Amino acid sequence: MIQSSRSTLRFRGRSYLAMVLVPQIPLRTWLADVDTWLVRSPGFFAGKSLVVDVTGLPLTQDDFVALLADLKERKISVLAVEGADPDWLTDGLPPLLTGGRNVGAEATAENSRRMTTASDSPRSLVLQIDAPIRSGQSIVHPDGDVIVVGSIASGAEVTSAGSIHVYGALRGRAFAGMYGDKRARIFCQRLEAELIAVNGYYRIADELDPRFHKKPVQAWLDGENLRVATLD
Amino acid sequence: MAEVVVVTSGKGGVGKTTSTAALGAALAQFGQRVVVIDFDVGLRNLDLVMGAERRVVYDLINVTRGEARLSQALIRDKRLDTLFLLAASQTRDKDALSEKGVERVISELRSGFDWVICDSPAGIERGAALAMRHADVAVVVTNPEVSSVRDSDRIIGLLDSKTVKAAKGEEVEKHLLLTRYDPARAGRGDMLSVDDVVEILSIPLLGIIPESKEILRSSNLGVPVTINELSSEPGRAYMEAAQRLNGEEIAVTMPTERRNILNRLFGRRAA
Repeated sequence: MIQSSRSTLRFRGRSYLAMVLVPQIPLRTWLADVDTWLVRSPGFFAGKSLVVDVTGLPLTQDDFVALLADLKERKISVLAVEGADPDWLTDGLPPLLTGGRNVGAEATAENSRRMTTASDSPRSLVLQIDAPIRSGQSIVHPDGDVIVVGSIASGAEVTSAGSIHVYGALRGRAFAGMYGDKRARIFCQRLEAELIAVNGYYRIADELDPRFHKKPVQAWLDGENLRVATLD
Repeated sequence: MAEVVVVTSGKGGVGKTTSTAALGAALAQFGQRVVVIDFDVGLRNLDLVMGAERRVVYDLINVTRGEARLSQALIRDKRLDTLFLLAASQTRDKDALSEKGVERVISELRSGFDWVICDSPAGIERGAALAMRHADVAVVVTNPEVSSVRDSDRIIGLLDSKTVKAAKGEEVEKHLLLTRYDPARAGRGDMLSVDDVVEILSIPLLGIIPESKEILRSSNLGVPVTINELSSEPGRAYMEAAQRLNGEEIAVTMPTERRNILNRLFGRRAA
């Protein structure tokens, strides 16, 4: 850790959406496709953050450098590359990115296919929120657990791929394991929920045993039965 | 430079306009220059509560559209000469408010006043969004009942996301003003307790205003309760809330159940 007596440098992690371009062999044909594409939509790549994914392509360092030069010639600015040999990335070449995830639809040129790579992403998949979730707010986390340090208000909802942990009162709605995780659970310090659900199996406030009201509880899925128990 | 305050609630009928008038008049009595703005275009009320309804020539819409100058539209209070009103238009609707126009009016007012208090309309639509847009401070008016508390919670979420301050990554300072509080009903458990409301909304308490006939009377007379009935319980409660808003640290007084001697003797049996 670097420490300075005057001021500290501040770094933050932040994720952005980038378009990933996947070249194909033979590169000459592929570049011809790019040119055709550019004739039809000249401004297509202008101002876009572009990542070039060369994973699995049988390229030499020279091929790779030539490819980047060809793209530059076409005014396609490359933010970073994926799947390249780190040794190729000499000074002046864009940095290497790892751990990307696919989002949304792939708007790719015809003839090009997205190569799927087994990505084991190293980043933490927990979403931590250090403020109360207010009525009308909706938190959706499709990657992992959600931890709320504060309460979830009546009329607010949290949807999570994994478990939901509430260090406060759960007064709104909590949907855990909404993308198929049957082992997801809901934990809260004070149950006053309007609805709790795990993997689509839900209970509304009326169906919750009154003895759990305002108690610290956990809820989990037992077969097709959503079970609740106090935490003590 | 003025502090821009929005008095807001989400729910209607909780006492936003009454509170705007009472806090504005209280701050003006501390010698501060105050302007209260009615953002409830189409359903204006603040002019009535301030007793200025017969002196409105130009309104907020006229100023935002450049049809009148601010100095022509500001109405000076007859009782307090540092208190001004910018009335809403009754004949237009909220779509007539332009974002640019509101921004210009607020920034112009900022330089001439200590406090710019915006009386928000109910709801979360355009009028309410524009009233809170430039706020530095929010007074969230809430009644001790569940629907009002939930609507206030929603408004707090919007204050944290839809204001200029939020866009800059700063936070609007939020205060809870609990109004129409009835100690007797709270005692019987018919109402949410002060602690419940503070716990749910988790913002600091600015004051507790008891439900009272003095407020009704003041509104009908067109005199803010902090001018007319300063010694009454709500008058004092608003005065203290204004002092807290002004940065003074005074403990919040819990309204107590008022009973006359007959109530005290027969209250229990009658209940």
